[in-house]
Amino acid sequence: MSPVLNNRYAIVAALALIVAILPFTFPSGYYLRVASLVWVSAFAAIGLNVLMGKAGQVSLGHAAFFGIGAYAAAIGPAHFGLPSWAALAVGACISAALAYLVGRPILRLKGHYLAIATLGFGVLVALVLTTESRWTGGPDGMSVAKLTVFGWRVGTAYAWYWLSAAFLLVGTWVALNLDDTPTGRALLALHDSEVAARVVGIDVARLKLRAFVIAAVYASIAGSLLAMMNGFVNPDLAGFQHSVELVTMVVLGGLGSVVGSIVGAVVLVVLPQALTVFQEYENLMLGFIIIVSMVFMRDGIVPMARKLVARAR
Amino acid sequence: MSEFLQFFLSGLTVGAVYALVALGFTLIYNASDVVNFAQGEFVMLGGMVTVFASAAGVPLPFAALIAVCVAVGVGLLLYWLAIAPARGASAVSLIIITIGASILLKGAAQVAFDKQFHKLPSFSGDGSIDVLGASILPQSLWVLGGTAVTVLLLYVFFERTLLGKAVLAASASRLAARLVGINTATIMALAFGGSAAIGAIAGVLVTPITLTSYDVGTMMALKGFAAAMLGGMGNPLGAVVGGLLLGLLETLGAGYVSSTYKDGFAFVMILLVLFAMPQGLLGRRTVDRV
Repeated sequence: MSPVLNNRYAIVAALALIVAILPFTFPSGYYLRVASLVWVSAFAAIGLNVLMGKAGQVSLGHAAFFGIGAYAAAIGPAHFGLPSWAALAVGACISAALAYLVGRPILRLKGHYLAIATLGFGVLVALVLTTESRWTGGPDGMSVAKLTVFGWRVGTAYAWYWLSAAFLLVGTWVALNLDDTPTGRALLALHDSEVAARVVGIDVARLKLRAFVIAAVYASIAGSLLAMMNGFVNPDLAGFQHSVELVTMVVLGGLGSVVGSIVGAVVLVVLPQALTVFQEYENLMLGFIIIVSMVFMRDGIVPMARKLVARAR
Repeated sequence: MSEFLQFFLSGLTVGAVYALVALGFTLIYNASDVVNFAQGEFVMLGGMVTVFASAAGVPLPFAALIAVCVAVGVGLLLYWLAIAPARGASAVSLIIITIGASILLKGAAQVAFDKQFHKLPSFSGDGSIDVLGASILPQSLWVLGGTAVTVLLLYVFFERTLLGKAVLAASASRLAARLVGINTATIMALAFGGSAAIGAIAGVLVTPITLTSYDVGTMMALKGFAAAMLGGMGNPLGAVVGGLLLGLLETLGAGYVSSTYKDGFAFVMILLVLFAMPQGLLGRRTVDRV
């Protein structure tokens, strides 16, 4: 067994261990809820990291797919009588199809043009969700049916903790394994130099599109999970601010690092919860912390920690 | 026809504001390669500070002057405290820093002022002027005139002054500019200050028409960014054209197609333009150097 593979098992095992131990340290159910929120956000961030960290493409509208997943979980059962888990799958398929369609022209763009195009796409999706109130309940949002799997109704905070953690473990495992697939290797080549990758015969456009679709599916599933967990959706889930939060999780944790995305999600989810004690100073503190952490840890938390450990040896 | 003219005139007014925001974007982008998402907060500061200063009894022109000065101070602080220390960070990191600054300024305004909507009195009355069957508010003329003067001043600054030429040189190549003795750090600070002033002026001019509150900045920044992109990032003329086009498109779209999707037209347009012309309307073609 190669050391890389070893490492990968170690990461998932360590994550599973943390997931298993955490609930025993929680004094109340509120912490379970926050932890589930972290797992779901981390799931979305891991997907976005495939696009940003591996393919090197930025998306400032990624919450759109999160929103589509969330509304699929809401609209499917409410308007079409679909079971919730099927709505999750349908949402993921819609997101994948949409990402495939818009990804083609959008991913031809570079740098800031790519940023504004993805941003525009995100704003448009959020706008549709806000406006088509007959289906989506408008700006106030709508309630979501509870998830039922094989007659078991997933309702308690404990059930959601374990379910979201299971999704996160699977998502982490898949993302870690991506590196060893032909797609993963091609992505690495693309990240180092797009021109060089093209020269050795990699179909760059198709590769970026694949990363975009993967990221969209991750975000969509995370959105569906959050919708079913909260029992409620609103258009903010697809909004610009949420897209920014997802991007910040990825960059703050460390581009290209799967563990980094999880760490980024922990910071960006737990921090606002902790900051609610400051009430109206919340935005002020959040902005301040984002600036300070990006200025002083521009490579991201995990790569920086790795560097510190290497230096200590 | 008069209906079209009406939409056209209000579109131009909105567009002029977008043009100013886009110009601010362009100025900072040219000097430092930073896409400043906090640009909309300068507009918010311009409006809010003027409102609160004039409520405290300061005459309107001085209140506006104070607002512009406050915005310039904030712009300089943004550069010195957040952008300059992050030199060499990736484009995405810099974008996140400016978004963080935008959240911070929004939070600061929410604490320092309040969360209400505020209005300024029009500069020269509310009696509308009749133009070929359409009516235009005197304040719209202030917005259009103010934008025209700002653009003109910028043009003179870049073309006729040594400092302006230094900014242009720095935006063409920072290394070359440094080699001929231009202090690029000063140039960048100047760009942030100037861009903040332009944003604040836009905020002062438009507040009598659109109202202001602590959170108007985000949408302003998105629209301004879109306008700058539409014209071709880094091109001042493109920023003005992009801003005006965006404003017209929005008002005409809201008037003739659907007012609920008003905010959407801008972004649909951007996507279509970028799909057809990946460098924006007036952008230069870039070639990757390997």
